[in-house]
Amino acid sequence: MTSPLDVASAPGGVGDSPLRPDGTLKVVGEFAYASDLWMDGMLWGATLRSPHPRALIRSIDVGPALAMPGVRAVLTHEDVPGRALFGLDHPADQPVLAIDQVRYQGEPVALVAADHPEAARRALAKIVVDYDVREPITDSRAVIADPEGLKVQELGGITRYQPVRVGDVAAARAGAEVVVTRDYEVGIQDQAFLGPEAGLAIPSEDGGVDLHVSTQWLHNDLRQIAPCLGLAEDQVHMTLAGVGGAFGGREDLSMQIHAAMLALRTGRPVKMSYDRHESFFGHVHRHPARMRYEYGATADGRLLYADVEIVLDGGAYTSSTRNVVGNAASLGVGPYEIPNIRIDAYGVYTNNPPCGAMRGFGAVQACFAYESMMDELGAACGIGPVEIRRRNAVSQGSRLATGQIIESPAPLADMLTRLDAMPLPPPLDPSDLRNLPGGVSQTTRGEGVARGVGYGVGIKNICFSEGFDDYSTARVRLEVIGGEATALVHTAAAEVGQGLVTIQAQIARTELGVQKVTIAPADDRVGDAGSSSASRQSYMSGGAVKAACEAVRAELLALAARRLARGGHDRDDLTVLGGKIVSRADGVLGAVEDVLRDDVIERTREYRHRPTVPMDPVTGQGRSHTQLALCVHRAVVDVDVELGLVKVVELAAVQDVGKIINRTGVEGQIHGGSAQGLGLALMEEIIVVDGQVQNPSFTDYLIPTILDMPPMRLDILEHPDPEAPYGLRGAGEPPTLSSTPAIVAAVRDATGLALARVPVRPEHIVRGGVTWTTL
Amino acid sequence: MRVNLTVNGSHQVVDDVWEGESLLFLLRERMGLPGSKNACEQGECGSCTVYLDGLPVCSCLVAAGQAEGRKVRTVEGLAEGQPGDERLDPVQEAFLEAGAVQCGFCTPGLIVQSHDLIERNPAPTDAEIREALAGNLCRCTGYEKIVDAVRLAAERKAAAS
Repeated sequence: MTSPLDVASAPGGVGDSPLRPDGTLKVVGEFAYASDLWMDGMLWGATLRSPHPRALIRSIDVGPALAMPGVRAVLTHEDVPGRALFGLDHPADQPVLAIDQVRYQGEPVALVAADHPEAARRALAKIVVDYDVREPITDSRAVIADPEGLKVQELGGITRYQPVRVGDVAAARAGAEVVVTRDYEVGIQDQAFLGPEAGLAIPSEDGGVDLHVSTQWLHNDLRQIAPCLGLAEDQVHMTLAGVGGAFGGREDLSMQIHAAMLALRTGRPVKMSYDRHESFFGHVHRHPARMRYEYGATADGRLLYADVEIVLDGGAYTSSTRNVVGNAASLGVGPYEIPNIRIDAYGVYTNNPPCGAMRGFGAVQACFAYESMMDELGAACGIGPVEIRRRNAVSQGSRLATGQIIESPAPLADMLTRLDAMPLPPPLDPSDLRNLPGGVSQTTRGEGVARGVGYGVGIKNICFSEGFDDYSTARVRLEVIGGEATALVHTAAAEVGQGLVTIQAQIARTELGVQKVTIAPADDRVGDAGSSSASRQSYMSGGAVKAACEAVRAELLALAARRLARGGHDRDDLTVLGGKIVSRADGVLGAVEDVLRDDVIERTREYRHRPTVPMDPVTGQGRSHTQLALCVHRAVVDVDVELGLVKVVELAAVQDVGKIINRTGVEGQIHGGSAQGLGLALMEEIIVVDGQVQNPSFTDYLIPTILDMPPMRLDILEHPDPEAPYGLRGAGEPPTLSSTPAIVAAVRDATGLALARVPVRPEHIVRGGVTWTTL
Repeated sequence: MRVNLTVNGSHQVVDDVWEGESLLFLLRERMGLPGSKNACEQGECGSCTVYLDGLPVCSCLVAAGQAEGRKVRTVEGLAEGQPGDERLDPVQEAFLEAGAVQCGFCTPGLIVQSHDLIERNPAPTDAEIREALAGNLCRCTGYEKIVDAVRLAAERKAAAS
């Protein structure tokens, strides 16, 4: 039975926007992030990384480093106590430390522990590695053409090939009145979370190790760490340290095993904290993509077929590439009804930087392409960008490319209508230099500035897909502390900034009718919560907390039926509201505290979403996703066509979140996701030449500042998904998809350029654009 | 070397400082004040912003020795009262209430920079807010609620004075 309560009724409960429980610590500077951790007698760890994207290792000499003052340990692959390889996916394929070769620039080769971080850095410079440098494999399409000849490691070649086949593309092509063919590219985007990879490893008395780390998924870290350390899982104790943003970049391990190895070797606590330069090499990035799209339609713009190739470069190790490919394939044509589809999606291994999870996870790259295609198709048919999308939009009951029926509301056409109806910002006022592209650096009076408007639509799967046993666990304890009924919520779910701790407390207040809720630190003393990724934690850990609260409430009401009003009440007649036990027949019977007395009610529950199935390996068909979420953006830009500068004037978004659990929080997700999409559209790219990263710093890798990000206009819809807790829909990723194509479409509108690649750089604009024919 | 400085109103003597250390390292690793953050350590992100003799600086770009004899005020020195029972500065309060804090790693630097803006300009326009905070990167919020927070803090400070 579902909650009998009006979920909007509890102050600080579901639907309200209470303050973050960790907020005060964060604004006074006392919240303990991983890089803030400190212990008496601790050492500093540092990592020697490969300068080459591909080389054989002839020898490593650690002697000179070990002889330096203040150096306590220098470790190589020979010192890995257990399994040599780790990885998110199976089989694990990433060496803890490089063994006989390196496969990407920045691959860890050796470790140092020293008394001072500078001593550790200087010791790294003394380690002598004799490399036999080889030509790196860097062309993803060449790997597809010759997967056996161009192997960077045993597994491949091709990480995953996922086709999608619907209907008869050849027949549809013959009948199409309009055909559009284009190539697109997406550069490598970095998560650029501000809190560097960091953590503290403390040797424990049982011969194991306590790890305090910033991660997205404690239990999955544990499953990878313990075997490499040669320890049982119960000898490795995981606690979440404060996380300074994640966005997918903390799903893979970084310093965890390394710090633990140094701590176990030296018997002392070891802290590791990457600097920004190292961080660019210390985590996976968003896959760069090369894509070819062909669409056919009727003269009035109704899609008949899509013929698509998507190539994603995952770098040297598997990480999450297989699942990224699954998303790119299943969502490769977006939320549009297309009767005939052929998609070939590939992930490949190269010696380019390693790529894996980043917000939007495989759906971002394709979204840039399919939305660009919708604009091209509209232009070819003489139909505007809103109407061409509305005309082909999915709705509840539509089939995705995978054959999966969209079972819950998908009001895309209505969302586009709402977006289109929003007022536009006033025209450019060039009298204030700050309004112009380039701001106060502008050297003109805006003579070359043109305005453009563009639209983007995105669809993202929420939660893990393709048959993964996706669940979360929550333990909830209710007791009287200091005379007040208090709920303690304990999960292993990672608060990464998204506000999950706020939502967990809101759910407990709503379900238990109590005001005072404490969120226990996330650690591995409670069951697996799954990852803080795939926009899944409100759904999954929210669902687990709700289920555990419901179990606690049932026990509380059973107790109330016995203890209150001489036991004359039927349990089903009772509910808890505002800290009181309430009978539908007789009104308030007493306070929760009067029922609980000295008792403690504690329940642990696992929560699962409906099972999904893997995509068919030949046809790509299958109900591979559990929930789908839509966001639409409109971008208004001013472009200085002579200087190549772009100012985004306004972003407007309409997103369906099913149910607003916390308005402040969900607005923050849409703002932040849109900003990362803006970054991909206009500035963010890890530039790689011959496998070497050219810009590993915030001087050279630009992320949007407060001057780059415009004010936003939001319309947040609530069409509940009956399968999800409270009807909610994961909200973090969808805005990251659609803002990018909307902004690029607006730049195209302003300039008339084709712009087939993101990020769009000033030189693309002043030199007439990177067009599909020049890629 | 030894460094004498005043931090958040109290005089401090720090010994055994290596000459290459930054003021940020001194504060974080030697003085137990990790509120100033180490996001880029090259003056691009503003997360380590502190007051040095009343002017906001990136503490990662100041050598520890340069702080000799000077006054430093960090995010830890903005609230009044003891930890756990502090009275937040209106800027801190506004960041919290406006939803300007997500992961919070940029927050200390943004709060110090916003505090300085409102001291200098008690009623900043949106354009002035954006200009003043252009050196502080935030990866989570898209900045919208940060602008809201600065507006709110300025209003509250004006109402209180």
